[in-house]
Amino acid sequence: MSGPKHAQGVLRVRGGLVIDPANGAEEVRDVVAIGGRIVDGAGVAMAATDEVIDARGLVVAPGLIDVHVHLREPGRPDKEDIASGTRAAARGGFTSVVAMPNTTPPADSASAIAWMRQRAEERAAVNVFFTGCISQGQKGELMAPLASLKRAGVVAVSDDGQCVQNAELMRRAFEYAGMIGLPILDHCQDFNLSAGGAMNEGYWSTLLGLPGWPAIAEEMIISRDALLAEFTSHHVHCQHVTTAGGVRIIREAKQRGVRISGEATPHHLTLTDAAVQDFDTNFKMNPPLRTARDIEALVEGLEDGTIEILATDHAPHCSYEKEVEFEAAPFGIVGLETALGVLFQALHHHHKLPLAKILRKLTINPAKLLGLADKGHLGPGADADITLIDPGMEWVVDRSTFASKSHNTPWHGAHLKGRAVKTIVGGRVVWDLARDG
Amino acid sequence: MSVWRHKDLVSIQHLDADEIREVHAAARTFKDVIRREIKKVPALRGKTVVNLFVEPSTRTRISFELAAKRMSADVVAVHSETSSFRKGETLKDTVRNLEALKADFVVLRHKAAGAAQFIAERLGCSVVNAGDGAHEHPTQALLDTFTILEKRGRIEGLRVLIAGDILFSRVARSDIWALTKLGAKVVLCGPTTLLPDVFRDLGVEVSHDFDRELPRADVIYLLRVQHERQQHMMFPSIGEFVSLFGLTPERMERCKPDALIMHPGPINRGVEITSELADGPNSVILEQVTNGLAVRMAVLYLLNGGQAPETVAEGIA
Repeated sequence: MSGPKHAQGVLRVRGGLVIDPANGAEEVRDVVAIGGRIVDGAGVAMAATDEVIDARGLVVAPGLIDVHVHLREPGRPDKEDIASGTRAAARGGFTSVVAMPNTTPPADSASAIAWMRQRAEERAAVNVFFTGCISQGQKGELMAPLASLKRAGVVAVSDDGQCVQNAELMRRAFEYAGMIGLPILDHCQDFNLSAGGAMNEGYWSTLLGLPGWPAIAEEMIISRDALLAEFTSHHVHCQHVTTAGGVRIIREAKQRGVRISGEATPHHLTLTDAAVQDFDTNFKMNPPLRTARDIEALVEGLEDGTIEILATDHAPHCSYEKEVEFEAAPFGIVGLETALGVLFQALHHHHKLPLAKILRKLTINPAKLLGLADKGHLGPGADADITLIDPGMEWVVDRSTFASKSHNTPWHGAHLKGRAVKTIVGGRVVWDLARDG
Repeated sequence: MSVWRHKDLVSIQHLDADEIREVHAAARTFKDVIRREIKKVPALRGKTVVNLFVEPSTRTRISFELAAKRMSADVVAVHSETSSFRKGETLKDTVRNLEALKADFVVLRHKAAGAAQFIAERLGCSVVNAGDGAHEHPTQALLDTFTILEKRGRIEGLRVLIAGDILFSRVARSDIWALTKLGAKVVLCGPTTLLPDVFRDLGVEVSHDFDRELPRADVIYLLRVQHERQQHMMFPSIGEFVSLFGLTPERMERCKPDALIMHPGPINRGVEITSELADGPNSVILEQVTNGLAVRMAVLYLLNGGQAPETVAEGIA
């Protein structure tokens, strides 16, 4: 982990509704931290507190963790860098982010990771965890030095965006990563089946004449990964699952005892491919937006635990890159600053999922996936990463206020319900809605 | 009184039947004009039409160029081979330059679906889509329906068979919209790989049996097999394609005697249609080309805010 230093002194977050899914807690109480770590508040006198944060009327959650962001550093500081990306995270209520390795150059060596960790120590507003590549240069040909990467501090490996196509290489990566206890995250996409695809293959791609990226291209690789996970007894985490079939494959594999997990994004849970009908490239992402039926299946997957993690796939791009013909535009949208509002509005206010269920997938589940014992919960000894949330706050997205350098969001002007109001990392308030806006 | 309300012609999807009929009505007038000895009217005098063809095209480009000239507009042609697209200029920058040059019309042919809408949203002048990827080719559908109307007197109730490479065809999409809006029964026919079932959701029938569909068709619309776009995965060979979906004299014998044969061009003789049928009595393929000119004049005229085209046509001798 790399990020801001822990605060000194005693912090008391007072009178909020503490929802700590890891400990099954949902009660109004104080959360107390000393020196940036959570302690049992019962033994700490009120008089001994250095800083009191009034959380009455707010939800006090373990700091949110986003396991899927692109910080674009090194390589594309015009899109984002560690400083701006982590400020965006703080503004969205995330206290930890996991950076994908598809930087320029890709993060496939210990020295690359060391450099990034150093940058994050100096500049990050929240905690940053790094991932390394599965294959050298994300080329899908030769295995990256997974053990060196792990020693350098990566929490997982992924060839995000460049899914390993060679099943033999993937098998060996599973076996080798399994030996050293390194989680594998996979962006599941068969590049033959999705070749040229710019949007979901279906009614809208047919109507618009845009090349389709079919559900089967995702499901083929999810199936492969499930089989490899079973064969090698190693865990695989399927990034941004978007199709009903993908949810079903993961559910069935889990029922067989396969070590597999899935992740869903705010956009795939709320938007469909119909949004592409005006060729707006802020609705172009990879995997693409699917159908209402897929959204239904994803929500079911969240409800029954098949999909264990919510993540943004925060993918900043410059506006000049996005303001081109649909097929020519890069895939991806920013997500850190809108995720909580979108997720609370859709999953809690609309689909009536309990807050604890949503927060579990943003806190303890990601921490468990990546083996982060001190993250994702508010038990004694945990890092004092805390997010204060007003679940009923209604607000309008204005991308000109983003801390991210990029503004490629499909939600500009959207009315959302639910927002982070304070983000605390290591006992220090790194973002405050009232103070920082 | 004109029903035309659009700044641009980007798609048939967003037109209604009355708007399509208005184009047809104006095209009838302009067809009279182009049959005269002096084939020119002053309707667009002083206006500038930029033909921006970022994808190769001969007949559509010439048709638009001639249409604009017949309307007395100044025409500037920009081709992909000579334009700064080759130097990496983005479509947005090209558009901004056109805006700065005060063009009145931009006619765009582009390989990317949505390109015409992209520039229409960003330009104050009128944009005419001359084909955007596999999305739409609206003037083709307007001239196709104009031709059917001219030959058969009606469109409503006719059974129109569109055959061949549907998946990659912008012509098919625009024709589906135009024909269904005007009340025709549209049947698509082609191999499953080039005609997925999802096309049914556009309100048409989907068939893979050419021999079964041919005898019932009032219009047989053949699409060009796009060699360049096939990735050798959609069907095994041209020979096999012809054996299943090529229009041959033997097949023609089982068709209605007055069935119209249409094609958007350019034809692959001996592939989707044999040479003799393309030139035979049922073929209206060259008529389509002539009508294309009249329809494009009509489109430019209506986009320019023109009303009662007959007065313009009469005003010149």
